[in-house]
Amino acid sequence: MTVAERAQANGTPLLSVRDLATYYRVRRAGAGTGPGAGKRLLRAVDGVSFEVNRGEMLALVGESGCGKTTVVQSVLRMTEPTGGSVIFDGIDLGQLSARRMRPLRQRLQVIEQDPYESLDPRFRVRQIVEEPLLVHGLGGSRAERRQVIIQALERAGLAPAEQYLDRHPHELSGGQRQRVAIATSLVLNPELLLADEPVSMLDVSVRAGILALLDTLRRDGQLAIVMITHDLSTAAHFADRIAVMYLGRIVEEGPADDVVTNPQHPYTKALISAVPKRDPRDTTKADILTGETPNPLDVPAGCRFHPRCPVAVAQCREVDPELRTPAAATKPGHRAACILS
Amino acid sequence: MSLLDVRDMHVWIETRRRRLHVVRGVNFSLEPGQRLGLVGESGCGKTTALLALLGLLPPSASVSGQVILDGTDIFAKGEETVAPVRWRDIAIVFQGAMNALNPVKTVGWQIAEPIVRHGLARRPEARRRAEELLNLVGIPSAAARRYPHEFSGGMRQRAAIAMALACEPRVLLADEPTTALDVMVQAQILELLVRLTGELGLALVLVTHDLPVVAQVCDQAAVMYAGEFVEKGPVDSLYHDPRHPYTRLLFAATPDLYRRDSVLSIPGAPPRLDQDLAGCPFQPRCDQAVDRCTTEHPRLLEIDGSRAAACLVGHRESEAAAS
Repeated sequence: MTVAERAQANGTPLLSVRDLATYYRVRRAGAGTGPGAGKRLLRAVDGVSFEVNRGEMLALVGESGCGKTTVVQSVLRMTEPTGGSVIFDGIDLGQLSARRMRPLRQRLQVIEQDPYESLDPRFRVRQIVEEPLLVHGLGGSRAERRQVIIQALERAGLAPAEQYLDRHPHELSGGQRQRVAIATSLVLNPELLLADEPVSMLDVSVRAGILALLDTLRRDGQLAIVMITHDLSTAAHFADRIAVMYLGRIVEEGPADDVVTNPQHPYTKALISAVPKRDPRDTTKADILTGETPNPLDVPAGCRFHPRCPVAVAQCREVDPELRTPAAATKPGHRAACILS
Repeated sequence: MSLLDVRDMHVWIETRRRRLHVVRGVNFSLEPGQRLGLVGESGCGKTTALLALLGLLPPSASVSGQVILDGTDIFAKGEETVAPVRWRDIAIVFQGAMNALNPVKTVGWQIAEPIVRHGLARRPEARRRAEELLNLVGIPSAAARRYPHEFSGGMRQRAAIAMALACEPRVLLADEPTTALDVMVQAQILELLVRLTGELGLALVLVTHDLPVVAQVCDQAAVMYAGEFVEKGPVDSLYHDPRHPYTRLLFAATPDLYRRDSVLSIPGAPPRLDQDLAGCPFQPRCDQAVDRCTTEHPRLLEIDGSRAAACLVGHRESEAAAS
């Protein structure tokens, strides 16, 4: 039994997102002025549901503009969702006032994509890692805080931490910076990490180390992790489950291995075929999708993927498919939103 | 005689306090239709090597070596001999090329521009040629009258490729041409580059940190480390039988969609480039280093005719196998 399975058996998930929707009103160019004139609805997230358990890593995968970052922002209420619910450890975050949301924020932490931009260049490492403690009024005396900072840095793989405390970000490599950013989250002892493309700005040679660190944190530290990535290979390697997003929806979700080796949604199949393989002898051709990545201002009726789908039938133009267990699924928890699967 | 022959190319860059030896004696040759990948970590000199070929480095850089295009050394008289070749015979596509299009000119106008500039045709003829080029990269010719903002990212990158092809160059340099693009668009652009080398006999040099991209696109690849080629050969043998530990570790650091072998980071960091290195530049990070590696600088030596590696340990093994 894996950690994740055990956690699942223990009852409720740590994070449960139900029918989350986040719409933006945007102004259409040249459509006049005045209240409501020319306003259109951009459906960035349009009915997304998923769960994450303690000790589990879920990868949200999709192309740019599919809404994966908006999901994270909506979970944290950095942007207000239009509908749906976000239940964290039994608490409905949507019902909380800003003041009551604040103490919860230390339990949900974000890891940003770019450690070159997320760290204040004027601060020393110890100040950067101390900042969240001061903001939340935690950590006790100065000496106690120092201990907490050192522990967080070492947990993030920067040991001995004393070597790093007085450095500035520019004295660190990209991988070290990202570890400082992770320590900044760990210092608050979070239960859920939301990592938005945590390695895409880093060099190939250090990516594996950061991903292995996240892996350790969830296995040994029982953290739940939602990792956003556009890289299916990374997701397949490090996540327990993969959720594939397309135009504001999850179109397929399941155990990482099954989604990659037994994809059921035509979009997932196309996406997987387009991933370049490491072995030059693996020359399977990419099934390249025709048409443009669609516009969330203009979501197609019926199945939102039908205009680009290589196997769409007439019915796909009318039926908006729900996530359900496909006939060819071999593992529990594998679901796809396609009437043909 | 090869189409392009690069011999012992060095690049130094002068900074306020130091002189960095960024490219340290690089050799390669290209035949028409050949696709060569240059891979390595950031800062290894791969982009600098490309820019040097076109004389596009800043004034703080100095370059030495020979770059022989069709029998003529284009480095012989510096800018005087590089300028006529730039874009005419050797063109380049950058990572952010799609964002470098002029927003107030139509895409067709911009593709026609180098044709007119190089005196290859007058404007009306160049315009027709621009439409053909758009067709070649998979964009309807009518789109020549559109502006860049009307194009998607993938289309703009195609337009940038069309612009690079405007003067019918024989060598195309591509610096991370798909890094900013989504996987589906990346697949389209890579397929286009492969098709163009086949159809036009264009030689391609593809710079990327993404090994799977090179594995799928190129026939030959060179692995760069601290300004040197440490291994060079057919992509198939680099992946299946790497002779330099760095090549092996780079592949091991890259997750693959299907293979569940553990993905490992490479400890340590590349060496500083402001000094000469006594031993092997990779030695401090190498998992196979022996005593000799700290004192002896390995040369890039040929192994079984088709490939080469700069590793003392690898050499010894292949010598042992040969005897």
